Amino acid sequence: MTYMDIILILESMIRISTPLLLACLAGLYSERAGIFDISLEGKMLMSACISASFAYFTGNVWLGLGAGIIATLLLSGIHGLAAITFRGNQLISGVALNFLASGMTVMLANAWFGQGGRTPQLSGEMRFPRLTLPFADQISEIAYFGPFYARVLSNHSILTYIAFLAVPFTWWLLYRTRFGLRMRAVGENPAAVDTAGISVVKLRYAAVAICAVLCALAGAQLATAVPAAGFVKDMTANRGYIALAALIFAKWRPWHAMWAVLLFGILQAAAIRYQAIEIFGTRIPGQFMDALPYILTVIILAGFVGKAIGPRAGGVPYVKER
Amino acid sequence: MEKMPKWADVVLIPLISLILAAIISGLVILALGSNPIAALQVMLNGALGSQYNFGNTIYYATNFIFTGLAVAVAAHAGLFNIGGEGQAMLGGLGVAIVCLMIPFPHWSLALVCSIVGAAAAGAAWAFVPAYLQAKRGSHIVITTIMFNQMAFALLNYLLVGPLKSPGGMEPASASFPATTHLPSFHDMLAPFGIAFSRGAMANFSFVIAIIAAAAVWVLIWHTRLGYEMRSLGKSEPAAKYAGINPFRIIMITMAISGGLAGMMALNNVQGEAERLILGAVEGAGFIGIAVALMGRNHPVGIVLAALLFGVLYQGGMSLSQDQTLRIPRELVVVIQALVILFTGALDTMVRTPLERLFISLRGGRSAKAAE
Repeated sequence: MTYMDIILILESMIRISTPLLLACLAGLYSERAGIFDISLEGKMLMSACISASFAYFTGNVWLGLGAGIIATLLLSGIHGLAAITFRGNQLISGVALNFLASGMTVMLANAWFGQGGRTPQLSGEMRFPRLTLPFADQISEIAYFGPFYARVLSNHSILTYIAFLAVPFTWWLLYRTRFGLRMRAVGENPAAVDTAGISVVKLRYAAVAICAVLCALAGAQLATAVPAAGFVKDMTANRGYIALAALIFAKWRPWHAMWAVLLFGILQAAAIRYQAIEIFGTRIPGQFMDALPYILTVIILAGFVGKAIGPRAGGVPYVKER
Repeated sequence: MEKMPKWADVVLIPLISLILAAIISGLVILALGSNPIAALQVMLNGALGSQYNFGNTIYYATNFIFTGLAVAVAAHAGLFNIGGEGQAMLGGLGVAIVCLMIPFPHWSLALVCSIVGAAAAGAAWAFVPAYLQAKRGSHIVITTIMFNQMAFALLNYLLVGPLKSPGGMEPASASFPATTHLPSFHDMLAPFGIAFSRGAMANFSFVIAIIAAAAVWVLIWHTRLGYEMRSLGKSEPAAKYAGINPFRIIMITMAISGGLAGMMALNNVQGEAERLILGAVEGAGFIGIAVALMGRNHPVGIVLAALLFGVLYQGGMSLSQDQTLRIPRELVVVIQALVILFTGALDTMVRTPLERLFISLRGGRSAKAAE
C-alpha cells in the first residue's frame, strides 16, 4: 500500500461519511429529544429524489435542496403528528415512513421523467461542485501534506464541510445553550421540563424539524453532489440504518458520532478499494465488511465495549396528566 | 367502565383507519392523473377476479400470516420483533439446506423436515437479539434491525459464493429436487374434482399457515406458557412477583416468533420459487407488523388482515400491469405504508374522537334513564 493508496482511501472515507454524518446528527437531535426515528433512511431517500428532481427542473441545485428540505419536513411532520401529538408508536411510524418514501420516490420520479424511477443526468449548476480550498493547487506539490490537503481536506462538496462543521455546532448547541439543555432534558425527563413551564411538544417538534433538515442535506449529498449525477431507486442503500448504528456507537454524543461515522466510512472505503481483504492469511469477504457496522453495534449494545444507554424518555410519548 | 364496546375496537377502528388510508391512496392516484375508482376496480378484479388471481392473493396472504403471527406472538410478551425480515431470510436458508442436502422420497417428508429447518433457522436468528434483550436490556428493536441487515449480507455472501447454483448468473441457489416440491392448490384440489388454476402460486403452505394460526391461538390463550407470556407483556414486575422468569419467557417467545417468521420460507422458497433467491422476502417481514396491528394480535384477525394485504399486493401487481391506467407497482408500497401509518401509528387519531362519541352516546342514554 503506497501513500497515494492511503490518500485515496481517506478521500473516499470523507465522501462516504458525509451523508452518514448528516443522518447520524439528524438522529441525534431527534433521539436526544426523546423521539426515536428509524425513518432516517426514508427521509434521506425522499430528499435525494426531490432535490435531484427540482435541481433538474430549476437548473439550480440550491432550489433543489430547498425542495428536498420541504419534502423531508413534511415527512417529519407526519412522524411528529404520530409520535408527539397522537402519542402513537414511534417505531411503527418510522417503519411506515420508510415504506412511504421508498414507494413515493419511485412513483414521483417515474411520473415526472418516465425513466423507470430515476432522474435524468444532472450536470453543471444542477449539482454541488467540488470546492477547492485556498492554495490547494500550490500546496499539492509538497510531499505528504500536499496530497492530503488537496485530496482529503479539499475537493469535497459544500455539504461535506457543512456536515463536519455541524459537529462542533451541535456540541455547542446541546451543551452550551439554553435550547440544548432543554432539548436534552426533554429526552430525559419531560415532566420536569413541563413543570418548568416549557412546552414539551414545541421542543420535540423543533428537534424533529432539525432532524428533517439534516436528513435533507444527507439526501441531497447522495443525489446532487459531484460525482453523483441524479436520483436512482433506493439509492440510500441502508445508509439510514448505518447512521442509526453509528448513533448508538457514539452513545448519542456529537463528537463521538463523527468518529463512529468516520470508522464506518473507512471500513467501507477499504472494502470498496480492496474487494477481498486478507488479514493474517484469511480472506475476508466484502459482505462481511458490509455487515461490520451492524455487528459492531450489536457488540456495543451487548455492553462488551461499554454500555450504550439512550436518552431515558426515548420512544415514550409524553402524557401531561401522568 | 369500558369506553367503547368491543366491536368498535376490533372492527370499527381498523375499518376507519383503512378507509382513511384508501382515501389518501385515492388522492395519490388522482395526483398521478388516473381515476381512483377505475384503479380500485382493476385492483379488486386483479386480486379476486379469477382463480389464478385469487390463488396468487392466497399465496401472498400466506406469507403475511406467518410474519403477522411472528409479530403478534412477540407483542403478547411485550416485545416488538421488527426482525421478521431477517428471520424469514434465514428461514429460507434453513429450507434450502434441508431440501438440497437430504434426498427425500416424498414431498410430505420433505415438508416435515423443512418446517423444522425453517423454524430452527428463524429462531436461531432471533436468539441473539432475544438474549441481549433478556440479559442485557439492549433494545430489541435496534438489535433486530441490525440482524435484518446482517441476514442480507450473509445471504448475499452465500448466494454469490458457496450456495450459488453452478452455471447460474443471478444470486440464487440451485433448484430443489422435484420430490421436495409442495403441491399447489391445483394439485390439492384436483382429487376433489375442482380444477383450480394451474399457474396460481398458492400452495400447501397455506394449510400450514392456518394450522400455525390455530396453534398460536391455543398457545396464547390456553396454555400456561401463553399465560406467562401475556403476564410479562402486561407488567414485568407483576410477572416477576407471580414467579415468572422473564429471561426464560423472553427467550422462548422470541424463539417461537423467529420460528414463525422463518416458516414463511415454506411458502415463498419451497412452495413457490423452489430455490433460494436473494431478496425473496420482499418486505413481508415489515408488512407482518401492519398485519398484526390490524388483526389486533389475534390469529383470526391476523388471517383476515393477511388476506386483505394479499388482496392489496396481488391487486397492486395487476394494477401496475394495466396498460390504460399506467400506475407503477410502487403504489402498492405507498398504500401499505399508509395502512401501517393509520392502523399503527395514528391509531389514537381515530380512537379518541370515537371514544368521545361513544361516551356522549352512553351519557345521553343514562341521563334519560335517570329521569
